[in-house]
Amino acid sequence: MSPREKAATLALLALLPAAALAALLLGETFYITLATRIAVLALAAVGLNIALGLGGLVSFGHAAFFGLGGYAAGVLATNAFNAEPLAFGLAGTTSMPAISLVAVLLCGLVALPIGLVSLRTSGVYFIMITLAFAQMIYYFAISWPAYGGEDGLSIYVRNAFPGVETAKPFSFFVLVFALLLAALALFHRLQASRFGAALEASRQNPVRLAALGISPFSIRLVAFVLSAMVTGLAGALFADLNRFVSPSMLSWHMSGELIVLVILGGKGRLAGPLAGAALYVAFEHVLGGLTERWQFFLGLVLLAVVFLARGGLIGLLAGRPRHG
Amino acid sequence: MAEPVLAVDRLEKAFGALKATNGVSLDLRPGEIHALIGPNGAGKSTLINQIAGALAPDAGTIRFLGRDVTALSTAARARLGLARTFQVSSLLPDFSALRNIMLAAQARQGSSLRFLRPVLSDRTLTEPAMAILARVGLTARADVPAAELSHGERRQLEIAVALAMQPKAFLLDEPMAGMGPEGSKTLTAFLDGLRQEAPILLVEHDMDAVFALADRVSVLVYGQVIASGSVAEIRSDPEVRRAYLGDAA
Amino acid sequence: MAAFVSGQFRTQDRYAPLPELLQPAGPIPLSLALLIEQLLNGLQLGVMLFLIAAGLTLIFGVMGLINLAHGSLYMVGAFACASVAATTGSFWLGLVTSLAAAAAAGALMEVAVIRRLYARDHLDQVLATFALILVFSEGTRWLFGSFPLYLDIPPVLQGAVALPGGGQYPLYRLAIIAVGVLVAAGLYLLIGRTRLGMRIRAGETDREMIAALGVDIRALYTLVFALGAALAGLAGALVGALQSVQVGMGEPALILAFVVIVIGGIGSIKGALVGAVLVGLVDTMGRFLLPKLLALALPATQAGPVGAAIASMLIYILMALILAFRPSGLFSARS
Repeated sequence: MSPREKAATLALLALLPAAALAALLLGETFYITLATRIAVLALAAVGLNIALGLGGLVSFGHAAFFGLGGYAAGVLATNAFNAEPLAFGLAGTTSMPAISLVAVLLCGLVALPIGLVSLRTSGVYFIMITLAFAQMIYYFAISWPAYGGEDGLSIYVRNAFPGVETAKPFSFFVLVFALLLAALALFHRLQASRFGAALEASRQNPVRLAALGISPFSIRLVAFVLSAMVTGLAGALFADLNRFVSPSMLSWHMSGELIVLVILGGKGRLAGPLAGAALYVAFEHVLGGLTERWQFFLGLVLLAVVFLARGGLIGLLAGRPRHG
Repeated sequence: MAEPVLAVDRLEKAFGALKATNGVSLDLRPGEIHALIGPNGAGKSTLINQIAGALAPDAGTIRFLGRDVTALSTAARARLGLARTFQVSSLLPDFSALRNIMLAAQARQGSSLRFLRPVLSDRTLTEPAMAILARVGLTARADVPAAELSHGERRQLEIAVALAMQPKAFLLDEPMAGMGPEGSKTLTAFLDGLRQEAPILLVEHDMDAVFALADRVSVLVYGQVIASGSVAEIRSDPEVRRAYLGDAA
Repeated sequence: MAAFVSGQFRTQDRYAPLPELLQPAGPIPLSLALLIEQLLNGLQLGVMLFLIAAGLTLIFGVMGLINLAHGSLYMVGAFACASVAATTGSFWLGLVTSLAAAAAAGALMEVAVIRRLYARDHLDQVLATFALILVFSEGTRWLFGSFPLYLDIPPVLQGAVALPGGGQYPLYRLAIIAVGVLVAAGLYLLIGRTRLGMRIRAGETDREMIAALGVDIRALYTLVFALGAALAGLAGALVGALQSVQVGMGEPALILAFVVIVIGGIGSIKGALVGAVLVGLVDTMGRFLLPKLLALALPATQAGPVGAAIASMLIYILMALILAFRPSGLFSARS
C-alpha cells in the first residue's frame, strides 16, 4: 500500500469514531446512529469487496446474504421473544454472538451451493445467475407468511452482547466499529496472503492461474463463500440497528447498492467500502434533506463516477493501487 | 531408449469440417528439445492447447510421466509438472515481475489456501523468485508491474514463470516471437542450457533457432505430422520441402 | 377470476385493485376451462416478457451491453400511453405515442450514456445503467408524481371470448398474445430477410468488418437500441391496461426478462422467445398447480403458503437448473 493510501485509510478509520464520539458529546444521538449505519454498510461492502474487488466476481446477488443475516437475527430473536422453539428442537436466542455465528454459518452454507452453480458461468451469466438466486430467496421471504412475509419482522429489544449495553447507541456503535475493524484486518491479511495472491491472479488472468496449476474455480468458490459470510454478519447487525428486517434487505436494489458502495469507495482497496459507505450515507442524508428526489442526483453522481473517477474515492485520494 | 516424458497418441480434433488435429502422434524424451514446426494454420496452437489441457481432444490420448492425463484439467496437468508459455504473453498485468514469479513458486509448493501469512515477507517464495529473475536477467525490473514491461521483457518473464514451476517438461509456444535478432540469440543460448533441467516441446517459427536447438523436429501440415526426424533429415525431406517451402523438389 | 396479473408483477403492485390480485383461497376444482385459462395467462405473460426480452437480448448480442435500464424504457412506454390516453381519450393514440416515446428515450439514452459503455467491462455497464434506473425512476416520479395512473382497455377489445369447457377469456389478453406473435414474426423477417437485419447479424459477429464496409456503426447501434426500446415501450403500454402504471413497474419486469434471456441464451432472439414462453408458463402454472399438488400431501392450511412460496421461486430454480447444465443458456449466440 502506498503511503498516501495508508494515510487516507487511517484518516477514514479515525474520522468515523471521532464523528460518533462528537455526536455523543453533543447529545446528537441521531448522528451516532448514522455513523453506525455507515459502519454496518461498510462491513457488508467489505464482504462484497472480497469477491468483487479482489476476485473480480460481479455478484449481483449479495443482498441474499445481507438479508439472510438479517433474517437470522430477526427469526432467532422473534422465537426467543415468543419462547417458541425453532425447527429441530432448537431454541431462539437474543445473544448477539450466537446470532452472528448463526448468520455467518448460514450464509456460508447457502453461498456454497450458489457458488458451485454460479461460478461455472462467467461474465453476464454470472451477474444474472447470482441475481436470480437472490431473487429466489427474496420471493421466498415475501411469500412465506410465518415471519412477516412482505411486511417484515420487528425485533422488539436489541439483542444482547456480553459486557456491552447494546441498547445505548454509542455502545452499539463501538461494537459494530470493532467488528468492522476486525473485518478490515481480515481483508488486509487476506489480500497479502497466498490465497489473496491467487484470488487477485484469478481476476487478472484466470488462464495464467490455471497454467500455473491453481484451479481458479476453487479459489473463487472459497472467496465467494468468505465474502458471503462477512456480508451476512453485516446483515445481522443491520437488523439489530434498525430492530427490523424485511424482504427489502434481500431485494436486487440492495445488491445494486452494495456494488455501488464498493465502487464509490474504490474496488479492491482496503478502505474502499468504508469510503463508499460514508459517501453513500452522506448523499442519502444531505441530498435527502434537500430534496425528496435525492436518488435522481445519486444516479448522476454514479454516472460521473463511472466516467470520470473509476478508482472511486480512494482512487482520487491515493492514486492507482500498488501490488508490490 | 528412455521412456518418453510426454507421449501424444493419435490425437484428433475437429472444428466443424476442419480437422485441426488429424491423428497426431509424437513424444518428448528426457533431455531433448523437440521442435514442432509448420506453416501458419497447420494446427500447432490447437495441438499445444490440447497437450496443455485448454482444449479437449475428440479422440486419442496424452500421457505425461507415464500417466494418462487426457481427461485432466489444465491446472491438474500443471501440478504434475507441465509448464507452458503462451504465444501472446499471458501474465498477471497488475502484479510486479517478482510477484508473477512468486505465484508460480507458490503454485509449485502446493497450497494456495493459506489466508493469513503475507507473501511478500515469505522467503520461501521471494528467494527462489529473485534467483530466477537473476537467471533471466530481470533483477532490475523486479518491482515493475508486468503491464509496464517491454515486449521482450514480458517474453523473458513468461519463461521465468515457467522456470519457477520447476516442471518436468516445458511447452514453449513461439518464445522467440517479436524478440528481434539480438533477443532471439540470447534466448536460444538460454534454452540450449534449459534442456538439461527438463525436455522442451518447442513450437517456433524462427528457423535459425529451431535448427540450432532441436534434437528432433516434427513437421505439422494440415493437422498431420508429415515428417519427424533430426534437423538434417527434415532439411532434406522432399515432402517437407514441398509442403513447407513450396518447393517443387 | 384467478390472478389478473401474474405474481411476479403483483408483488410490487401495491396500488392495484385487490380482489383481482388474490389467488383463489381454498382448493377449487380443477376444470378444463380453468386449466386453459391459466395456460393462456401463462402464454400472455410469456409474450409480454418476450417483447421486453427481445430488445434486451438484441442489444447484448449486437453491442455486448448489459442494460439494467431497459425496464425504465418499459415504464416510459406505459406512462406515455396512460397519460396520452387520459388526455385525448384515445388508447390507440397513446399506444403510438408510447412507441415513439420509448424509442426516443432509448435513442437519447444511447447517445448520451450507453455508447460510452460499449468498450467498458460489465461492471461499469451494470453500475452506469443502475444509475440510469435511479435517474429515470426519480425523473418520472418528478413529472408524474407518486400516484399510479390507470389505463382503460380500448372499447373494441373489451369483453370476453368463450373457451372450450365453458369458461370465458378476456379479449384484450388474447389481443396481447396476437401482438406478441406478430412482433416475433416481424423480428424474424427483419433480422433474417432485410438489409438492416443483415447488418445487425454482421454486427454481432464482426464489428470491424462492417465498419470497414462503410456501415455507420454508431447509427446502427442507436437504431438497434431504439428498436429494442420501442418494443419494451410497447410492452409497457399493453400491460398498462392490465395493471396500474407506476414508478418501479419496470424493475420486476426487467428481472424476469433477464431470467428469460439467460435461459434462452444471451443474444439469441429465438432463445428469448422460447425462454419467455417457458418462464410465462412455468410461473403461471406453478402458482396455479403447486398449491393444489401439495394439498394432496399436506393439510390445506400448509399447502397454500408452502405451494405459493415454492411457486414464487420456481422460475429461478428453473434458471439455475438450466444454467447448471448449459452454462450459456439454451440457444447461445455467443460462446
